[in-house]
Amino acid sequence: MAFCCNKTCPANSHLLASDFWRPFKIPKFQYVKKGRFDVSQRASKALAFFGLTTPPYKLDALEPYLSRKMLEMHWGAHHRDYVEGLNEQLKNNDPLYGYTLDELVKVTYNNGNPLPEFNNAIQVWNHDFFWESMQPSGSNMPGEGLLQQIEKDFGSFTNFREKFVDAALTLFGSGWVWLVLKNKEKRLAVVKTSNGINPLLWGDFPIINLDMWEHAYYLDYKDDKGKYVNTFMNNLVSWDAATARMARAEAFVNLGEPKIPVA
Amino acid sequence: MARGAATAITLPCALLPCQGFPGAPESTRLLQWRKRERKFSLKALHAPITVQIELKPPPYSLNSLEPYMSRETLEYHWGRHHRVYVENLNRQILGTELDGLNLEDIIIMSYNKGDVLPAFNNAAQIWNHEFFWESMKPGGAGKPSGDLLELIERDFGSFERFINEFKSAASTQFGSGWVWLAYKANRLDVGNAVNPCPSEEDKKLVVVKSPNAVNPLVWDYSPLLGIDVWEHAYYLDYQNRRDDYISIFMDHLVSWEVVSSRLEMAKARAVEREREEIRRKIEEEENMVDSEAVEMYLDSESEDSEVE
Repeated sequence: MAFCCNKTCPANSHLLASDFWRPFKIPKFQYVKKGRFDVSQRASKALAFFGLTTPPYKLDALEPYLSRKMLEMHWGAHHRDYVEGLNEQLKNNDPLYGYTLDELVKVTYNNGNPLPEFNNAIQVWNHDFFWESMQPSGSNMPGEGLLQQIEKDFGSFTNFREKFVDAALTLFGSGWVWLVLKNKEKRLAVVKTSNGINPLLWGDFPIINLDMWEHAYYLDYKDDKGKYVNTFMNNLVSWDAATARMARAEAFVNLGEPKIPVA
Repeated sequence: MARGAATAITLPCALLPCQGFPGAPESTRLLQWRKRERKFSLKALHAPITVQIELKPPPYSLNSLEPYMSRETLEYHWGRHHRVYVENLNRQILGTELDGLNLEDIIIMSYNKGDVLPAFNNAAQIWNHEFFWESMKPGGAGKPSGDLLELIERDFGSFERFINEFKSAASTQFGSGWVWLAYKANRLDVGNAVNPCPSEEDKKLVVVKSPNAVNPLVWDYSPLLGIDVWEHAYYLDYQNRRDDYISIFMDHLVSWEVVSSRLEMAKARAVEREREEIRRKIEEEENMVDSEAVEMYLDSESEDSEVE
């Protein structure tokens, strides 16, 4: 995940800092928003707040399922645009400076009344998560621990897979499909969301996601959504990443008996 | 609607003969059923029950918008996306109360004041795409003229400002959707109220954007021009360069003649509606006056008899 390059600090301290700085405007350091001297030297020319994280594999590594051209466009143009757009917006918005991406998406979501930065921020998060949800020659079955949880919550792996594909095919317009660990219900579920919405925003824990915006598959699959989704499930999804995320999520959601990890 | 190069009928033929026959018992049942739907267009009364929504082809061949919109794009956009909406809608409305209505009625009914029924997405997308093909023409664009140009200049300041507003709206529509130039005739949404200050200003042009399948019909506006900003509309030709697609659309593809004629129809519709509302108001007032007179007469009679 991308972090902004400065240290984070408690949410209200930068407000105090900017109050302090206002009478001392020095044009040369106008991009340094915080009044912390230890940081200002290094960050005096900082224009970027978030970086474009690269996928954990080369752009042609997902062939023949997703072509290099597709990834160059999806990552190199769309994802990059979201990052640059976000940085552009943050340049002019002092109070939002200093949040990590996880915090920023929640703050800009503003409980359902999103700020202008929200669309870019959430899409950066979603795409970072998406690249890591895939791996070259992805295994098509999760490891035992996760598999047990899936079977417990969906009945069988086949049933889960069907639900996931169905959600992807019935999603109208742009959006994402997720496997989440639900916080309150304490179980896994398949969820589909519109545009950039992400279950993290209401406290659930995403485990894997699938981009159903048309830009994610149009060059390779045109309008054949079914083929795209099935290829993702059969050949691309990274159950290793899913297992790791599941382990982390279980630190927050008590699923019952402590699970001794099974290799 | 009668023209159709490639009608998509996916039903088994057995269903068609008994339902489409205008025999005597069938049509009385039809009429009784249709009385409920009286508020919708008169066309529905005369339509056979299984009028399938057609896949209407664009009014030009698929390669004639090159080099601005490639034949490949049109083959997929019309030949696959638009076609699938038609097929799905026909399947969805079969045997339901939406079956046999015309497309606009299906849209309004299934919009259901925002709580959309499943048929809405398909129906609205069919309408939107038909509208979109007709909004373009080979060798299109240039500048509008006459009434349309006058209204644009009145409501946006200048043609250039309108173009900028339209482009900016299309650029900033997040996710899938459409951007429209629409004619809106303001009306108060209260039963028997009439706009107290009707003026030319109430009837104005606006640029609006809508998500996914929504279109200005559901807000009772009259769309004049629409651009599809779903990614499938431009991805093959422009990839992520949506701004280029929008500029080229405005500079080379828009058919201002069609937009002008839609404006004339919209204005005529607005005038007709106003007349009807005035007519209705007069009727209601007459009814109220009559009933009050009767009551007063009865009351005074009874008082007289008590006094006696």
